[in-house]
Amino acid sequence: MKISTNLFATFLLLLSFSITQLHAAGEMKEPMHPDWSFEGPLGKFERASLQRGYQVYTEVCSGCHSMNLLSYRNLIEEGGPEFSEPQAKAMAAAFEVKAAPNADGEIEMRPAILSDKFVSPYENEQQGRAANGGAYPPDLSVMVKARHGGADYLYSLLLGYVDAPSDIKLDDGVYYNEYAKGQKIAMPQVLYEDAVVYTDGTTATPEQMARDVTMFLTWAAEPKLEARKRIGFKVISYLLILSVLLYFTNRQIWKDTH
Amino acid sequence: MSEKQVTRRNFLYVTTGAFAAAGAASLAWPFVDQMNPDASVKALASTEIDLRPIIPGQSITVMWRGKPVFIRRRTQAEIDEAKKVNLADLPHPEEDSDRAQNPEWLVMVGICTHLGCVPLGQKGDYNGWFCPCHGSHYDTSGRIRKGPAPTNLEIPDYVFLNESTIKIG
Amino acid sequence: MSDNYVPKSAVGKWFNDRLPLLNLIYGHLLPYPTPKNLNYWWTFGGILTFCLVTQIITGLVLAMHYVADADLAFASVEHIMRDVNYGWLLRYIHSNGASLFFMAVYIHMARSIFYGSYKEPRELIWIIGVFIFLLMIATAFMGYVLPWGQMSFWGATVITNLFSAIPLVGESVTNWLWGGYAVGSPLLTRFFTLHYLMPFLIFALVILHVWALHVPGNNNPEGINVVQGSQDTVPFHPHYVVKDMFALVVFLIVFAGFVFFVPNLLGHTDNYIEANPLQTPEHIVPEWYFLPFYAILRAVPDKLGGVILMVSAIAILAFLPWLDTSKVRSAKYRPLYRQFVWLFFANVILLGYLGAQTADGLFLIIGRIATVYYFAHFIIILPLLGYIEKTKPLPKSLSEPVLSPEERQMKAAASGASA
Repeated sequence: MKISTNLFATFLLLLSFSITQLHAAGEMKEPMHPDWSFEGPLGKFERASLQRGYQVYTEVCSGCHSMNLLSYRNLIEEGGPEFSEPQAKAMAAAFEVKAAPNADGEIEMRPAILSDKFVSPYENEQQGRAANGGAYPPDLSVMVKARHGGADYLYSLLLGYVDAPSDIKLDDGVYYNEYAKGQKIAMPQVLYEDAVVYTDGTTATPEQMARDVTMFLTWAAEPKLEARKRIGFKVISYLLILSVLLYFTNRQIWKDTH
Repeated sequence: MSEKQVTRRNFLYVTTGAFAAAGAASLAWPFVDQMNPDASVKALASTEIDLRPIIPGQSITVMWRGKPVFIRRRTQAEIDEAKKVNLADLPHPEEDSDRAQNPEWLVMVGICTHLGCVPLGQKGDYNGWFCPCHGSHYDTSGRIRKGPAPTNLEIPDYVFLNESTIKIG
Repeated sequence: MSDNYVPKSAVGKWFNDRLPLLNLIYGHLLPYPTPKNLNYWWTFGGILTFCLVTQIITGLVLAMHYVADADLAFASVEHIMRDVNYGWLLRYIHSNGASLFFMAVYIHMARSIFYGSYKEPRELIWIIGVFIFLLMIATAFMGYVLPWGQMSFWGATVITNLFSAIPLVGESVTNWLWGGYAVGSPLLTRFFTLHYLMPFLIFALVILHVWALHVPGNNNPEGINVVQGSQDTVPFHPHYVVKDMFALVVFLIVFAGFVFFVPNLLGHTDNYIEANPLQTPEHIVPEWYFLPFYAILRAVPDKLGGVILMVSAIAILAFLPWLDTSKVRSAKYRPLYRQFVWLFFANVILLGYLGAQTADGLFLIIGRIATVYYFAHFIIILPLLGYIEKTKPLPKSLSEPVLSPEERQMKAAASGASA
């Protein structure tokens, strides 16, 4: 029985190995792993970084990438960038959305309000394709959860543009990126030194911008992360205490049974 | 078993039971709270309306929080009629001036205070609104005059942003 | 025992005289005589009941916010995650709950296989259990389609296409299933309906499962018959109620660990990409709990053959009580079976591992060997073992286990020392 149990344990080990291996599949470079404040059992986002990340998204990414699942009101919600209400209202008002049909049945544009969804750069997917040489820039709302490696992968991808080795030929509209699958990607490098001028005065290095926008996208994909971890900590503490109480109750009950 | 042991045992049982019950009770809250208005619904709590297209004697109905809101540009006759009513005759006494910030514009939730039907405009014995469901009559100020409805039509929170735009909520 | 229960309160008595519901509950939950030696592997029955109820309640609540339409489903799930009060919690409980449910059911089945709980007179309990397992598979599969991500869509496409393997009528059957010529909104809506229905069927089968269990009573780690009400048994309450509660809370700690700290670990990232009928993900994998069966499906080069083999892999479980020819239940007293049962478990896990790999090269060869072994275990090894295995002597009762001469000596020495 010992031998078979060991065999069993070996297979369990193999299985866990297979899961990690599965994630690594696809001949890509292992992504960088910066210290993220939102990791760990009590992790939280950095407010200032989220706010800067929103700036990077609007000034750099939003020209091509939509975030259809977010609304401007999310910017003031707890656990997010936590902009003040007037700030978020002003940010929303910088975009235009279609108004409801007026009395004559015509549709005019009006400034966006908090309850509006983030304004998409395109009317529809076809327009997005046409504007980008056939490659549709994907929606970024849940991007961090939709890619292996999550935040690490996106961060690395944004910084992974290097000169292609001489033996690799790139087609038009395809760029070389160390962290992309097959090292080829349809998105050009966007984060250059001072691509944005941060309103809070932070120096806009590519690393800083990649970090901020990735933090922002992580929040966008999982806006309830802080509440989840906070409640989870309480729930597990509660369950641990209850399990100890039940352990002793159980022992007490079985004391006289032999 | 000594009495002391029994006490200690009972204390353990009661503590465990109470602790488990407290946990079960707090677990119930998310299941209850999920039915409350969600964040996207709460965000739609205010709406702005352009009043310019409405001429005297005309009403429009707009949606606010999923409910119809009547906006009526009242005629002078209707205003006079609303003002001259003796408050003592009213089941739910309210001055017309308390119901309309600007006498020309009457803004109210278009839901009968009886059981939630939408009253018809410029109908009924008082030339105001009439609810077809159970026959409640409202006057030109939306006050209940006759029928089963207990109170006047509700006035929502609203402000004039300028002469021709109001914001409800 | 259940017949002589008299409720204490007048209202209880009034009610019970007219509908003896309290008798029923009392008899099955309180004094129900249970073997005193059940180990923690026996707590998974209670844990599974908890899982089922949790899935039904959270599912009911999610259905209040979910929209079963191809254009809206993905967004409605995200609406639950973002806007609905505690929606993220309810959804993560439901999605991780499915995984934990399968984890528990596999342990529960493994326990039954190890201790021979499926044997006479408990065959029907086991067969009802196999049907519960089948319904669980169908429910979980349909539930996974509902978020309408890429894995949902392509999983549904691949699995419903299995039916096209049926000769002659295959295409008509798939078109009937889809309500169209491909997976789309009609399929999503009907899957939602069935996903909502099936847990209640499972619940009904669980009642039969427990009812059938309470006729002969529980099996136990020794695998011998115990006399109900003898000193070999203890009342279910409080002994096993509290023991099950303790085990449940430990299980909940693991559950909460998943829900609150790694809620997406067991899911697939591609399911956070909205379904796209024009683009298949590079690597379609089912949820981890289907992987062994997926590996069997892919081990066969023939379309129809693969489907038949996969279905047989589950169906064969129903015949287990008769394929196992040994009269001795517990693996404790079956030296050969004990080796083979661990090999069988290892083989299933190996199949699970292979199910997650690409089906080519060495993986495919190993997959075929493992598939053959899976069936050989049932069709060759189990029937033969009953004839060639020399089993150990069984104890007469739980109170007097058979001891080896050394153990007997040690026990005598120990009791001498304590006296």
